[in-house]
Amino acid sequence: MGYILQAENIDKIYDKHQALTDVSIRVPRQGIFGLLGPNGAGKTTLIRIINQIIAPDNGRIIFDGEKLNSRHIKKIGYLPEERGLYKKMKVGEQALYLAQLKNVNGREAKVLLKDWFEKFDLIPWWNRKVEELSKGMQQKLQFIITILHKPDLLIFDEPFSGFDPINVNLLKEEILKLKEQGTSIIFSTHNMSSVEELCDNIALINKSKKILDGNLDEIKQSHSNQIFSLQVDNLSKPLENILQPVAALIKQENGSDGFIKAKVKLEKGYNANDLIKHILPNVRFHSFQEELPSMNDIFIKTVTGKYPHEMKKEDLKIHLQMDTE
Amino acid sequence: MSKTFTIIRREYLSRVKKKSFIVMTILGPLLMAALIIVPIYIAQMSDSVYEVAIVDDTRLFYDEFTDANNVRFTDLNVNIDAAIELMKMNKFDAVLHIPTTAFQAPSTLRLFSEKAINMNAKLYIENVLRNEFELMKLAHAGIDPEILKATETKISIQAIRLLKDGHEQTDYPEISMALGIFSGILIYFFVFLFGAQVMRGVMEEKSNRIVEIIVSSVRPFQLMMGKIVGIALVGLTQFLIWIGLTFVIVGTVRTAMPETFRFTPQENIYISTAQSLNPAELQEHMQQTQQHNSPVGQLFESLGAINLEVMILSFIFFFLGGYLLYAALFAAIGSAVDNEADTQQFMLPITIPMIFAIVMAQMVMNNPMGPVAFWLSIIPLTSPIIMMVRIPFGVPWFDLWLSMVLLIAGFIATTWLAAKIYRTGILMYGKKVSYKDLWRWIKINS
Repeated sequence: MGYILQAENIDKIYDKHQALTDVSIRVPRQGIFGLLGPNGAGKTTLIRIINQIIAPDNGRIIFDGEKLNSRHIKKIGYLPEERGLYKKMKVGEQALYLAQLKNVNGREAKVLLKDWFEKFDLIPWWNRKVEELSKGMQQKLQFIITILHKPDLLIFDEPFSGFDPINVNLLKEEILKLKEQGTSIIFSTHNMSSVEELCDNIALINKSKKILDGNLDEIKQSHSNQIFSLQVDNLSKPLENILQPVAALIKQENGSDGFIKAKVKLEKGYNANDLIKHILPNVRFHSFQEELPSMNDIFIKTVTGKYPHEMKKEDLKIHLQMDTE
Repeated sequence: MSKTFTIIRREYLSRVKKKSFIVMTILGPLLMAALIIVPIYIAQMSDSVYEVAIVDDTRLFYDEFTDANNVRFTDLNVNIDAAIELMKMNKFDAVLHIPTTAFQAPSTLRLFSEKAINMNAKLYIENVLRNEFELMKLAHAGIDPEILKATETKISIQAIRLLKDGHEQTDYPEISMALGIFSGILIYFFVFLFGAQVMRGVMEEKSNRIVEIIVSSVRPFQLMMGKIVGIALVGLTQFLIWIGLTFVIVGTVRTAMPETFRFTPQENIYISTAQSLNPAELQEHMQQTQQHNSPVGQLFESLGAINLEVMILSFIFFFLGGYLLYAALFAAIGSAVDNEADTQQFMLPITIPMIFAIVMAQMVMNNPMGPVAFWLSIIPLTSPIIMMVRIPFGVPWFDLWLSMVLLIAGFIATTWLAAKIYRTGILMYGKKVSYKDLWRWIKINS
């Protein structure tokens, strides 16, 4: 499978401010790679280095097996977080211009653009000025411009900010389609729900350092808290007693249909099989599932050292801040 | 290179296609011409006749007023009150009262009117009375006015420059001055006009946030140069169209009214010291040619003496050179700030050399070959303006070439400097930038 992009030991200092410290990431081919981190962690700096907008102080980038160079510019598509267009320029003209800057020749760009405009219902706007477009339409236009030159690697920096839910879905579909077609994608965000939905691999950057990376599922597995949710009925005695000593009850809900929904935590030295074996004689099972921590929780845990539910009020403030960003 | 070309094309076309550009370019010269012609035209046609009644109690002066300049005089041999009554009945616009005491005390002269006084009439009346009073005083003192007239002498020296090839050429320093200061100011105006466009363009891209999309495709230097060159071409287009239109307008007027432009060159007056014409002959000769030639014709002949080709070519060079030098700095400023208000603090160092040059232009014109003129026309920050002021007076080739070479070196230096600021500045948001920051950005390598 191999990697489309490898960043090796990247350092970047902006006068006295350390933006990146010895950061290495590997972006697998044909997957979606989540680049996560709170604001100011250094994500955008890393992305700018990959786009050759700025150069790293140390380290190197390998793109498609070669040291990153100017020939790679047209193989990368970049949708920055802060993005805009020339307001007074006509929509079609502007799309053509930006395509030509990516070395797509005019005639070819026109054909490709017409297709995409069709798909996104933008055709009637071809000769209108950009300032006449709604914000959502401008975002679509920017998306088209980013992917038009069929890059091998796409970099989206907070792509969903400012989109309404319908367009977010449209965009997600297109991103997944691009992945199917073999494009590799870097997806920088702090919106954790979209990470879980889309990403195969992630790297988490905090305060200029990479603090976590790997396959999303493996990371979640390794952050397991040994918490399981179960749905049972026909109990012979209270659930709390049944569980002991293999697991402790965290939460119990009595459903109106007689079912009991519960969350339990395994005690040290036991595994899931032990738990099932231990309680099976006393209950009738309806479901049993491991409760893996959400990416949001892992993110907060890794950055602050605590899970959200373990936090005190003042810690929660930080949490909320990060969530809303 | 092709990407830079794409950028240049967009910068150029997006501006040239604007309505404001088309209007300015075509109407500019016409407006300029209209600004000069219309007031003259209006002044000539609009005035109705201004009727002045004269009540001359001395009976000495009433005959001296002749109708002129749309002012008509009528002698009324009535007393002043009756005359004012007549004026109130709208028979006259004004009444001039010369009381018997006027000669001893001119301050008792009065000009009555109901509406505002016509300044032309007032000045004319004052002139006539002054002359008459002077003549009377002279006569009183026993001096023959004829003698006084004979002593009046008008001197106007014709400056002749001897050219190396033996020809001689009439010099018109006044015309050179006007032409020099005009092209100096035009350069000043163009550099600021188009330099500010560069700055606004950079700021637009930055505040639009399109810049990050573009610099992920092209190098920041390409974007900056593309913009600077594109706008330079806009300026050049505008200038050439103006020149073209001016020639067309002048040509049309010239064929329509050939009399206005007639000019016969003066023959060589100076052949050698020994063979100068005698003064009487010379006088006659001069008067002949002067009567023969119209003032406009003379203006054109003097323009011809100034070598318009050199003027236009060096104007284009110094405009482009000066523009490139300053435009890079304008681009750097645009990249460093977030909004127009923050540009002020950085504009000062750019504005000062330019304003200084304009201020010094007067001094340079007084002595176009002096050391001040030399140095200011060599230093790249002021040379575009000062050299243009000097050129109509004739500049040694050495000065011209040196100035051009230094100007090219100058804009390479500012562009290099500006590119470093620009590269960092365009991606820097939300921070009020100081000179210290700029200096730090310049020092960053890579």
